[in-house]
Amino acid sequence: MLYALKIATRYLTASKAQTALLVLGVAVGVFIFIFMSALIGGLAEFILSRTVGDISHVTITAEDGDPAILIRPDGQVLSVIERGRSRTATLAEAATFIPLIETVPGVVAVSPQITGAGFLTRGAQVAQVSVSGLEPGRESAILDLDGYITQGSARLGSGLIVLGETLADDMSLRLGQTLRLQASTGSSAVLTLSGIYDTGNGMIDASRVYVSLSTARTLFGLPQGVTRIEIKLADLNAADATALRIRALTGLDAVPWTDGAEQLMEALNAQAQTGYFLKSFALITIVIGVASALLLSTYRRRPEIGIMRAMGAGRGFVIFVFVTQGALVGLMGGLSGAALGYLALLPFPSRDAFEAGTLPMDITQGSYGLAITLTVIGAILASILPARAAARVDPVTAIGQ
Amino acid sequence: MTALLEVSDLFKTFGTGEAETRVLRGLSLTLQPGELAALLGPSGSGKSTFLTILGTLMKPTSGGYAMLGQDLVAADDRALTEFRNRHIGFVFQFHNLLPDFTALENVVFPTAVREGRETTAARARGRELLTRMGLEARIDFPSANLSGGQKQRVAVARALMNRPELVLADEPTGNLDRASAMQVMDLIAEINRDEGTTFLISTHDEKIAGLCRRQIVVGDGVVTG
Repeated sequence: MLYALKIATRYLTASKAQTALLVLGVAVGVFIFIFMSALIGGLAEFILSRTVGDISHVTITAEDGDPAILIRPDGQVLSVIERGRSRTATLAEAATFIPLIETVPGVVAVSPQITGAGFLTRGAQVAQVSVSGLEPGRESAILDLDGYITQGSARLGSGLIVLGETLADDMSLRLGQTLRLQASTGSSAVLTLSGIYDTGNGMIDASRVYVSLSTARTLFGLPQGVTRIEIKLADLNAADATALRIRALTGLDAVPWTDGAEQLMEALNAQAQTGYFLKSFALITIVIGVASALLLSTYRRRPEIGIMRAMGAGRGFVIFVFVTQGALVGLMGGLSGAALGYLALLPFPSRDAFEAGTLPMDITQGSYGLAITLTVIGAILASILPARAAARVDPVTAIGQ
Repeated sequence: MTALLEVSDLFKTFGTGEAETRVLRGLSLTLQPGELAALLGPSGSGKSTFLTILGTLMKPTSGGYAMLGQDLVAADDRALTEFRNRHIGFVFQFHNLLPDFTALENVVFPTAVREGRETTAARARGRELLTRMGLEARIDFPSANLSGGQKQRVAVARALMNRPELVLADEPTGNLDRASAMQVMDLIAEINRDEGTTFLISTHDEKIAGLCRRQIVVGDGVVTG
């Protein structure tokens, strides 16, 4: 079929302007496809990084057991069992599990924590806060505390506390001031404000305080173990599978971030479906463009098709010539559209540098290979109808034209 | 001698009902290998239709047609295409070359389409034919840039490319000036004499017909002389 390829190529090069226009049309379609892929993909990345990027992707929380029944009377007893308001459960074996979890593929950081509720007081001012005790050196393992620090340092040590800008403003706090933090257990500690952060998340900035793990142990009366292990993954879409793996490996109840994030997932799915529609329209445009151009070409070349048939070219040969033209147009349009798309996306910031107010285009999500493949397939499919029409040309009528 | 082709009681009808037109009405003919025959007749006598059927580009409504012992009425499209490629050459009144191809590419087409590529041997044969047609200086010329006479000589070379037993020429000189027409006819006569290729040439021109050894007159859809 080399000869059919030669004829197809000759037909395309014989009408350079027409072929160039056709290829340009296909390239524009591919460009739109790639642009939409990069935009939709980038937007999803942006939304996820802003909503889920700073939270734990897989979380293991200590579960309180049911309170023990101290008296077991004879006969039937109806009882109501209520859990206490204060957390008493711990992950006593955390120190054993953490190295194991760190070896699970895809895990980039593990943060053992002691969390609880407390009151922050300075003079007559009191604020209810949630306390997170972090291991020094792992302050930015989950939330990028280092990145959000606006004053002081994120480094946690004995007797130090880091809190949000809103809370600092509410209580008129400045770096270096001493504060009293009273835990829900009743224990309290006097701490020095060493850092102030601003995450942009009102809830966190107004009520979350960070202390070192050892300070949290003292406050919540937990000499060993932790109450929570937070795990960050390289690919947050792999949270479900990784949680299952950790559960199998440790026997602990590892929960992925997707549990309870159905609304976000629905929104992202809806966005992805919008992208599929737009990309499908781009492909349909390509198919219609190629089909109409090749139909015109078939009509224009009817006498030549008739001559070829008279000289002994079979119907299959004629079909192959026109389908090859479609494939070549698809390939050239696909490659040029992909190149155009890539060049157009180059000026946009990389996914790690997305900023509010700019289009979050992700050049790595341009689906270049897919765009080229689908375009070639689309162009081949589009050329089948004209090719069949060409093969049905009656040589006698065509030669007489 | 075994006949090259035999046509018996051939009918061809176009249209139906009131629009029905009978072009061939029981035409019979036998051609022997190596003949140089002219097909004469007025316009509308059925010459072109007859040539089209002989060239396997159209099927008759009824009647028999066999060439080289093969029944060509019963054969399917694929078999006819193959047969046409190997055994029949065409020369049309308006040369009908592929305009985007050179003279040589046009000539080698019948072989290349069969073999799937332009072989060295095919190109050599194409060059030899074009040289024989006096077109050695035009071998790689785009066919669109050739004169009418040159195009018709390229068409003759193309018809001979696969060494067919039969060449059908439909008014091959009808669109040429007298000098070019005679040049083309001389070439046809030379090839017929040297290679024994059978030619059936449809023409209105008595002088052209006079150059052929046999004249077949068609009138009202049958052979009349």
